[in-house]
Amino acid sequence: MATQLKSRSKVTEKKADPVIFNFPEEAQLEETIERPVIMQVKNLHKNYTKDTKVLKDINFDIREGELLSIIGPSGAGKSTLLRTINRMIEPTSGEIIFGDENITKLKGKGLRKMRTDIGMIFQHYNLVDRLSVFENVLHGLLGYKNSLQGILSLYSEEEKEKALEIITELGIEDHIYKRCDELSGGQKQRVGIARALIQDPKIILCDEPIASLDPRASMVIMEYLKRISRERGITVIVNLHQVDVAKKYSDRMIGLNAGEIVFNDAPEVMDQGIVTKIYGSKADELIVE
Amino acid sequence: MSSKSSTQHLSRVNIIRKKHIRLTIAALIILGLIILAGEITSYDHIDGLLSIPAAISWLFSNMLFSAGTLANFPTVLRLLWETILISIVSTTTASVFALIFALLGSQLTQVNTFLMYVAKLVASVSRNIPVVAWALILVLSFGTNSATGFLALFFATFGFLVRAYIETIDEASSDSIEALRATGATYPQMIFKAVLPGSMPQLFSWTLFMIETNIRSATLVGLLTGTGIGYLFDLYYKQLNYEMVSLITLSIVVAVLIIEAISNRIRREII
Ligand SMILES: Nc1ncnc2c1ncn2[C@@H]1O[C@H](COP(=O)(O)OP(=O)(O)O)[C@@H](O)[C@H]1O
Ligand SMILES: [Mg+2]
Repeated sequence: MATQLKSRSKVTEKKADPVIFNFPEEAQLEETIERPVIMQVKNLHKNYTKDTKVLKDINFDIREGELLSIIGPSGAGKSTLLRTINRMIEPTSGEIIFGDENITKLKGKGLRKMRTDIGMIFQHYNLVDRLSVFENVLHGLLGYKNSLQGILSLYSEEEKEKALEIITELGIEDHIYKRCDELSGGQKQRVGIARALIQDPKIILCDEPIASLDPRASMVIMEYLKRISRERGITVIVNLHQVDVAKKYSDRMIGLNAGEIVFNDAPEVMDQGIVTKIYGSKADELIVE
Repeated sequence: MSSKSSTQHLSRVNIIRKKHIRLTIAALIILGLIILAGEITSYDHIDGLLSIPAAISWLFSNMLFSAGTLANFPTVLRLLWETILISIVSTTTASVFALIFALLGSQLTQVNTFLMYVAKLVASVSRNIPVVAWALILVLSFGTNSATGFLALFFATFGFLVRAYIETIDEASSDSIEALRATGATYPQMIFKAVLPGSMPQLFSWTLFMIETNIRSATLVGLLTGTGIGYLFDLYYKQLNYEMVSLITLSIVVAVLIIEAISNRIRREII
């Protein structure tokens, strides 16, 4: 508790920087543990081939509105774990309970419906570069449309209004007509976040969202993600390879090593010994960024 | 420390030397192949080179056309126009079918594995039969008319475009397809909102390239199927009317250059 209070006062000190937001005090004080569980991952396994077991008996709960980071060396299975959550990758066995339902069995329409509840942002932004910012953001609504409505871009005024609102909130309203290949990396990632937000999701999955960005743009993106979890109560799950960034922004951290969870607790508990356990002998290079 | 840097230095020198050796060997092999090919076909490269000046002077004395020949120019233009139209129509028709097969055949957009292999096989067969062979095969079943020329160009173009389109789709769309699938988009939505917008300029560019190529091929195909400008070329060639032959050749060259210029312009506009 004491450490939490200290870290909060640090945040308020940097008030002068326009990209640092002040989170409502109540939201900060709320204990992670008290938030309701919205997803349970149970005995999850993934093998790409018979011999390569990428995920081994993964068990964890995901709580409402928390910012959960997953750290681990490259090849540990972070991307695979994230993508089994929205079934972009099929788990070999195990259950994922989301809203009283085991989503590992979903197919067709049910699967699409489930995916509208889970937004996703990517290291390489994964935008359609030749289309405008506005069109890319509206792509987030495709899961709610039938094929024809989607193809013909039949979006309601209300939906366009909402897109504009989100774009403005992310500070990219000046670029709305621009093609996405004219934007900087940080701006592209904000378009990615806007596309995820317009889905009105319960969870946003982020696979190395800042790995291609400079430190300043990285900070802006992490601040936005934190703000989304605080203000909108959306759970944000972030794969990261920088331990210090994960420690600074997370409510909870999961350490993955060779497909197994070796740590699952508050960032305050993370120390050098645990970092070594997650990263092995390479740990020294990683903690200093 | 110093010993470490000196071994690094040495290894780099080695790499460069190895590259030089490889280049020299490659040059020697190519030279050897040229000589070998000459031996086998009993073609003398020196003689071949020496005969070029004589060939050029023959061209100038026999193929410069007079005013009388120019009177046939409207006919040449009409058949040239017909040839160009056949090339454009066959290419655009082929491109529609090629796009469907490419979507079925690309790893990223395939609907099922069986159809993917069928699409690839069909494309591969039609691509690996040269356009001349297509023309000769089709002449047997369809006789000498424009439809034969159209079909010959169609099949060869189709096969090539499927392959070019698949590569374009694979290259341009993997990231955005992933993003749209994650939002819960349907298959048609992914095709129309991610794949096509992302790869359209490149698909268009390949289609223009095939139109250019086909205007050249159409001349040859016409020669074999007795249609278009190729037919006219064949006719005067057999009559030894070299003035007409040179007029036709020149018109084809100019037409190809114009088409190339137009398509380069379009390409620049869309990319
Ligand atoms: N599609 C795939 N097919 C086979 N093996 C894969 C595939 N994707 C990932 N892997 C393997 O699974 C392991 C975990 O990969 P990944 O989840 O990308 O780890 P991380 O994101 O932590 O770097 C790696 O050894 C990788 O080679
Ligand atoms: Mg990864």
